[in-house]
Amino acid sequence: MTNITERRKERLDRGIKVRTEGIYAISSWEEVSYLLLPRLVLILGLLILPLVMPTLYWKRVISIVSIYALLTLGFDFLANFVGLVSLGGAFFIGTGGYIAAILNKSYGLTPALTIPIATLGGAVICTLLLLPCLPLRGVYFAIVTLMYPLVLARIIEALNILGGTDGILGVASFPSRWIEQYIIILIVIISLFGLRRLVNEDIGLVFRGVKDNDQAVRASGLSITLYKAIAVFIASGLGSLGGAYLCHIYMWAGISQFALDFSIIPIAATVIGGGGTLVGPLLGCFILVPISEILRAFGALRIVFYALILLMFIMLRSEGIMVYAQRKYHQFERWVKV
Amino acid sequence: MSGEDILQVTEICKSFGGVQALWKVSFNVEQGEVFGIIGPNGSGKTTLINCITGFIKMDSGKVLYRGKDITNRSPNRIANLGITRTFQIMRPYYSLPAYKNLVIPLFSPRAKRTGGWRGGGKLGDRGTVSIDILEEIGFERDSFVPYKMASSLPTGYLKRLELARCLALRPDIILCDEVFSGLSMSEIASMVPLIEKLQMDGITLVMIEHRLRELFRVANRVMVLNFGEKLTEGLPEEVIQDEKVKEAYLGSEKILDFI
Repeated sequence: MTNITERRKERLDRGIKVRTEGIYAISSWEEVSYLLLPRLVLILGLLILPLVMPTLYWKRVISIVSIYALLTLGFDFLANFVGLVSLGGAFFIGTGGYIAAILNKSYGLTPALTIPIATLGGAVICTLLLLPCLPLRGVYFAIVTLMYPLVLARIIEALNILGGTDGILGVASFPSRWIEQYIIILIVIISLFGLRRLVNEDIGLVFRGVKDNDQAVRASGLSITLYKAIAVFIASGLGSLGGAYLCHIYMWAGISQFALDFSIIPIAATVIGGGGTLVGPLLGCFILVPISEILRAFGALRIVFYALILLMFIMLRSEGIMVYAQRKYHQFERWVKV
Repeated sequence: MSGEDILQVTEICKSFGGVQALWKVSFNVEQGEVFGIIGPNGSGKTTLINCITGFIKMDSGKVLYRGKDITNRSPNRIANLGITRTFQIMRPYYSLPAYKNLVIPLFSPRAKRTGGWRGGGKLGDRGTVSIDILEEIGFERDSFVPYKMASSLPTGYLKRLELARCLALRPDIILCDEVFSGLSMSEIASMVPLIEKLQMDGITLVMIEHRLRELFRVANRVMVLNFGEKLTEGLPEEVIQDEKVKEAYLGSEKILDFI
């Protein structure tokens, strides 16, 4: 028996990937399609989803998944490109949701107006409230951001403001199912490619610098608080947009929009999708949320099966689906004798 | 040297708990000179630089830059005034290629002021300017080195990258924290002309150094610290003859062996 330790897997970059990350030498249509194909598959896949969903129930799931996807994009951006692990997803969703509901109910604005205003307003409010926490890092920032949605929900409940425990009922819905689904899917696609572009722009390099080495960023004459605030603004804007959308889908804003699901699912999706890829966490949402819906059939045991599936992803593909897939796509592998 | 003081440091005191890291350290740096700071380990050299550049708040004392009070300002504001520093333990952005490391300082308000919003004015975008700066500091332009991940670069290049980050800000003063340490003799030999060139370009240098031979080749004046206090200051040849300095360094006359 030959000893298996005498062989190792050698990985080689494909020829198209030259010199360094992010610079490609494209000289033929094969190479163009090599780069375009994965992107096209993703975009077309997302656009077809509403058409292939069998029932009304599943069509609704698509919209909800898309909202989680927005939240997760923001989480991945903050955690893996700026170094801020935020558990404030529920905070962003709730803020956006309540702003949109108030604007719609009290001022009679249509969703076409409430959603953009709630996006910007929510981002401003979340950023201002998180401003004192920005010097914190790692687990400390995570804990403090988790505190916000819990505190806000309790305040609304205790003071009986903003509809108290009943929430704000009778918020306007979208004119049609198709508009509802396609607009949110387009927003997800634009956010994904926008963020991917952003992290490779000069300002994106500053964000990544803050994650890598914040003292060197300060020594470079840049205020880390300012750039962390900009990053939180972007991520909380995505979350608030999702929240505003959610309240128009449910035609209701209530304290359950501060539920911990919105803070936890983005982490799980990022873990199984592959952090730092942006696409991975998005796909993670499109896997996790439907699984959790399918498992409703198991009743009370649902969470057990859910946990088992999560565990399997983490054990078998701990690097994340997308990191694994990108490696397979971009590199040759072969066994060589050592 | 114009003889004009660009940096005036007056009686900096700093203590960490019970340890007095700096006690009433004062010195002036003249425009265009190379000012060396030497001293045994733990004598407070790095703390001094941290205090001047705002990374540590000093307990008392005053720092004037061209007559303007910059005491305890935030590090980024001080860097934007043109006072930059290197770190003793190198701090590159390991997940970025070497040339993209420089895009970050080129994004600072100071670099934007001098180079336009694209970073380099007529010179091109920030990536192009980065490659120019790296070439100036000793990265071969047509090799792969500037495009390599900072995590895969050897120490010599990382030290140069630290200096390059300072240069990207078009600084007036660079405070170098042991740029020669950890380098081989041949690497040091190639760094010395670089330092001389920086001085010729009109940049004032404050250098903390343990490599006395190389420091004394480039330094105009040297200050000696010991246990957070200033022992003496003067021309390099005067300083090494000083009895107190000899005692502080090795408790003997062995300092002469260093040189």
